[in-house]
Amino acid sequence: MNSSTRLPDVEPLLDHMADALRAPLAEHEGQAHLIGIHTGGVWVAGGLHRRLDLDQPMGTLDITYYRDDLAHGGLHPHIRPSRLPWSVDGQLVILVDDVLHTGRTVRAALNEIFDFGRPARVLLATLIDRGGHELPIAADVVGARYDDLAPTQRIKLNGPEPLTLTLSEREVPTP
Amino acid sequence: MNALPAPHRPGPLPTRMQLEDGRLRHLLTIEGLGRPLIEQILDNAESFAGMNDQGVKKLPLLRGKTVANLFFEASTRTRTTFELAAKRLSADVLSLNMNASATTKGETLLDTLRNLEAMQCDMFVVRHADSGAAHFIARHVAPHISVLNAGDGRHAHPTQALLDVFTIRRHKGELSKLRVAIVGDVLHSRVARSQIHALNTLATGEVRVIGPRTLLPAAVEQLGVQVYHNMEQGLKDVDVIIMLRLQKERMQGAFIPSEHEYFQRYGLDARRLALAHPEAIVMHPGPANRGVEIASEVADGPHSVILRQVTYGLSVRMAVMSMVMGVNPQVRA
Repeated sequence: MNSSTRLPDVEPLLDHMADALRAPLAEHEGQAHLIGIHTGGVWVAGGLHRRLDLDQPMGTLDITYYRDDLAHGGLHPHIRPSRLPWSVDGQLVILVDDVLHTGRTVRAALNEIFDFGRPARVLLATLIDRGGHELPIAADVVGARYDDLAPTQRIKLNGPEPLTLTLSEREVPTP
Repeated sequence: MNALPAPHRPGPLPTRMQLEDGRLRHLLTIEGLGRPLIEQILDNAESFAGMNDQGVKKLPLLRGKTVANLFFEASTRTRTTFELAAKRLSADVLSLNMNASATTKGETLLDTLRNLEAMQCDMFVVRHADSGAAHFIARHVAPHISVLNAGDGRHAHPTQALLDVFTIRRHKGELSKLRVAIVGDVLHSRVARSQIHALNTLATGEVRVIGPRTLLPAAVEQLGVQVYHNMEQGLKDVDVIIMLRLQKERMQGAFIPSEHEYFQRYGLDARRLALAHPEAIVMHPGPANRGVEIASEVADGPHSVILRQVTYGLSVRMAVMSMVMGVNPQVRA
């Protein structure tokens, strides 16, 4: 049976991330395009968008079709069309996800963003970096790090309102 | 009396053959597909519809797969949409005009299939003038190959029917509240047969067929439709009008007195369109015979969604291709 442990509150982590994003935003005269990755990343991006008071509406990505393990993943949840309601060409793009683990989601998101256009710069902002990266991908802005988790442990963002983090033990299927 | 066309079901259980472990492996006919599976195809098509906003209109889902379009019967539009759908999924595509290929030099169809299998093809899209051709091919292909029916004789045209119901759902919403009229040559139309099965499976409020007795199957009401021979009565208050193409050979045969008279009695013009619901949509599988089954003022008018159907056809074919290749979500039927 899964046991869940409550992790720190999300709101202070979002405050910290927004503060960290203000310097690069200032370099780009406050102009940035925020993109959340479905589903948790969209919730996190929403929180950042409110704090940063950006002019442009935020975009959303469903990267399911770009995943490298799509054919092996079995039944997937309902896939929503990605929506980037502006051109990414030449723009500062802040890509937002909830948990950075293997890095494969971010790789898929980058591939998808480049199918829309060629941004000037992409920053990665993630609420949690739990380590275990399998690709050379690192976040520019992180809410909290958990580097010592066992492979069976899973951090989950629950939402959309309120946003909470839980740590649970994943069941290992019996052979 | 109308004779029903030659038996439509070419072999045992083509409907079950297309499902494997409850999932779509081939798409040969709408018959036998459950409502959850049809809705899953439509939902997946919806997820592809947003691709038009992308600069690069391509997804990597079928990268490394090879799709062979086997068209034994000419059809530029259908072949092109299947080809483009496969390319948008990053597949390699061969489009073969089978009438000009080795089968005319004495090679049997099965020899041709074996050669295409040896070239590591993964999917055959089949168009054929004979009912059951796609089913026959599906029965004989290697286990890793999927077959999509792109129209076989008078039997079925499942992707056309799916793009039609996708169009209706997008423009009119919940099908259970709708009246849909299918107008014209239902007797010879594989499109109409597939449409009726799809609309009934999705529990459409009312499905009507409208046409002269010579162009409706004798027992058409057994398919679960209301039958009208009078255009004015049949169009009253409908939400969707699907016009069927009248084939040239029917115009020259004994099925209708003349093109002119057919248009007088069954052509869709603005006056007749006004009998339908004020927000009714007009559909046509194309290419339309203007002035025979539909007036230009209607085909190009504000109620027409004919060109949208072409666009949606890409999304629907992408959905089906990715599902039979096992790289898109599927419910079990």
